[in-house]
Amino acid sequence: MRPLAADPAHETFILNVGPQHPATHGALRVKLTMDGEYIVEAEPVLGYIHRMHEKMGENRSYPQFMPNTGRLDYLSALCYNHGYAGVVERAAGIEVPERAEYIRVVTVELNRISSHLLWLGAFVLDLGGFTPLLYVMDDREQILDLLESVTGSRLTYCYFRFGGVYNDIDDDFIVGARNFVKRMREKLPMYHNLVSKNIILRQRLEGIGVISPEMCRKYGATGPVARGSGIAYDVRKQEPYSVYSELNFDIPVYEQGDSMARYLVRLDEIEQSLRIVEQGLDKMPEGPVMAAKVPKAVKPPKGDYYFAAEAARGAFGVRLVSDGTTTPYRLKLRSPSFSNVSLFGEAARGLLLADALALFGSLDLVIPEIDR
Amino acid sequence: MKSTAVKQALSSLALRVEECDYAARGYHLNVTIPPEQVVAAAEILDRENFFLEAVTGVDWLGEQEALAKEAAKAAAAAKKAAAEAAKKAAESGEPPPEQPVAPAATPAEPVEDSFEVVYDFNHYPQLCRVVIRTRVPRHTPQLPTISQVYPGANWHERETHDFFGIVFEGHPDLSPFLLPEDADFHPLRKDYQP
Amino acid sequence: MSGYPEIFRVLAYIVGTLAFVGLNAAFLVWLERKVAGHIQRRIGPKEVGPFGIIQSLADGIKLMSKQLVVPERADGLLYRLAPLMTMTTAIMVFVTIPFGPALVARDLNLGMLVIFAFASVNVLALLLAGWGSNNKYSVISATRAVSQNVAYEVPMLITVATMVMIVGTMNLNEIVGQQGNLLQWKIFPWNGSVMLPVAFLIFFICALAETNRAPFDLGEAESELVAGFHTEYGGMGFGLFFLGEYAYVFVGCALTSIFFLGGWQCPLGWAPGVHWLLIKTYLLVFVVMWIRWTFPRTTIYGLLNLSWKVLVPFALVNLIVTAALLKVF
Repeated sequence: MRPLAADPAHETFILNVGPQHPATHGALRVKLTMDGEYIVEAEPVLGYIHRMHEKMGENRSYPQFMPNTGRLDYLSALCYNHGYAGVVERAAGIEVPERAEYIRVVTVELNRISSHLLWLGAFVLDLGGFTPLLYVMDDREQILDLLESVTGSRLTYCYFRFGGVYNDIDDDFIVGARNFVKRMREKLPMYHNLVSKNIILRQRLEGIGVISPEMCRKYGATGPVARGSGIAYDVRKQEPYSVYSELNFDIPVYEQGDSMARYLVRLDEIEQSLRIVEQGLDKMPEGPVMAAKVPKAVKPPKGDYYFAAEAARGAFGVRLVSDGTTTPYRLKLRSPSFSNVSLFGEAARGLLLADALALFGSLDLVIPEIDR
Repeated sequence: MKSTAVKQALSSLALRVEECDYAARGYHLNVTIPPEQVVAAAEILDRENFFLEAVTGVDWLGEQEALAKEAAKAAAAAKKAAAEAAKKAAESGEPPPEQPVAPAATPAEPVEDSFEVVYDFNHYPQLCRVVIRTRVPRHTPQLPTISQVYPGANWHERETHDFFGIVFEGHPDLSPFLLPEDADFHPLRKDYQP
Repeated sequence: MSGYPEIFRVLAYIVGTLAFVGLNAAFLVWLERKVAGHIQRRIGPKEVGPFGIIQSLADGIKLMSKQLVVPERADGLLYRLAPLMTMTTAIMVFVTIPFGPALVARDLNLGMLVIFAFASVNVLALLLAGWGSNNKYSVISATRAVSQNVAYEVPMLITVATMVMIVGTMNLNEIVGQQGNLLQWKIFPWNGSVMLPVAFLIFFICALAETNRAPFDLGEAESELVAGFHTEYGGMGFGLFFLGEYAYVFVGCALTSIFFLGGWQCPLGWAPGVHWLLIKTYLLVFVVMWIRWTFPRTTIYGLLNLSWKVLVPFALVNLIVTAALLKVF
């Protein structure tokens, strides 16, 4: 690395990565001030697909907003369903039957695996390897088929209801999910052989784009980004919602904080999610999937409520301010990628362009979720 | 418990600190502070290794009016109850009870509505969600930025400025962030008309 | 090869080379897509013609029917010149490649040198394309391509010098002539120097890098530089770069097989002929594609480190050891 920026003799130029660029996987723009191939200053520019979901929340009744949550992060929509359903249930004091909770956990974890799989493909694509993308598409397809059979949609799910889920799972789903767990367990070593052990990939990721735990804290990073920096923070463990407290799983944590650590965290999380799915299916109780007494018009009492759920990209928080009517007074959606990408400017300073884009990919950004 | 330690540290700045029922509310500590104290509060939480989850606003347009209405309603109800009590007393032939001297109904100058600015903090190793709230008047919504304490607050404050028009003094760049770059409106204000 | 006027020979070879470059590119595009497809659990093109073999033709027609757009602030001359230049040099390198014992356009004594001379000019074409496009991605890509090609020309030429010391000629046909059967192939350490397998590896890696193929395709790294030096090119401008790239892939693999794998000679010493060169070359091309669809891309410093810190020292050791062996024995 060389002395940069401060010296006016270094001639810099602006390079726009995005809003249409293969590496941003969506309409995000990063304004890079470059000195040759070195990055002097990186500034993400947001808002290209801002839809003002928070305002929409204020104009719709509680159930009407549920489909919007699936449009925040289209890759792990069920996690966002869960966050929103959770806050309304907490506010209105709605009890969820146990079977519904287990169904929620199983489907959310399947969704998390599919999100991580797609990330894996897209990330290796960022690094110039095309083939893993099509391998993960194959595996992800199995999950999409499974989820389609219970939720009715393949990507932007709107499956959760206040007090449960709208559709019970059937035996086909259980058999299919078990088969998928088996299949994925066999596939994971293949991914490690093809991708993790590749010498070129290791050279590009190890020690590159280091994010310190302190930086994570200052920017509020959560999810795999924080866990790749040695912070064992996971909402599912720290404030167990739903039935996560009854399930046995680990939080993968790597200390290095480089792109490789974040990569490994996500691959290990696939493994842990498979464990959760398996246990969830084993423990699945019989019973209803909707609470018996859910008011037609949900009217939470006055006050404000917070609920956090662990999405595939970190802690998704919903702050609900209720004025006692059927529409939220204020709905704040705290999206994890928003905080995660805010540290990019500092983390990318002084990196080479190729390494910065590897770091960018390792943050696992879904742009609609940042822009909301 | 983490929250008690933080509570003590924060109580010197705060107007009100209360521990909440976590299961019902989703957070442990609810702290209301005057706007000029946000930096000091952020510094205390920074020393305690908290991280910032989000900054946001709430527009309480019409709150004072509703409060006044409610107060008037309550006063009317109290008056009615008192009158009834007096009537009852008169009927039963007892001496009327001592009338509490009603405070002279001050048709006081209308208090201005305010924006509430909410900071959500959390702690990595130990679960402790702290909510810092402060109120700024709607016509001069200004308060100091905490982005020098938490660089991550930079974006959250910028977003809050976008949506509510709340000005964070000392913020490096408050240009529109999620909204179009020429946006001069603040969509989450309750009086916003598209 | 005499008995008819020289002009026919020249014309025949010009037409032949042009046709071959075009057909070779069409075939390689199809092959690449098929190979990629099967590596990725797909089938690849299958609609146009049997096994989709005419797909490239359809793509070619599409490219040709497109309007040629010169960006407003580009340098029009350089912008137009670059694809022509890459194509011309690609055709020129075919001049001295011996396809068969007699099937060579110009059987020059310095044939090898001609190939490297023209191949080096290709870098200039990339530089012009990058500079002329007036696009920042293209300029970065062009500087990358130049530093990459300079870095890899050094170990490549050192290796070639070693080969020349062993075979004692720069005439490619004579080099092939020395490798009559499998045991005489110059990839084996008993045919002149114990270092020959190393030389083969160095040469093949350098050929990959010189042709800008993955994992060394930094010039057109799509996730970083969009499409690199041909970001601003569409239609046949892009098509010519494409043709040129595949021509160079073919030449690189053909040279590898000529130097190390016996060129047009049969492995068993039976009927030599053009088919042997094609079989060996396309097998190598298949390996090139296999590598491309398996490995992620390196970075520019990884690439330069590999050249200057690994390949150049090995190539020099190879040179010295070979020279010493030749002197002693």
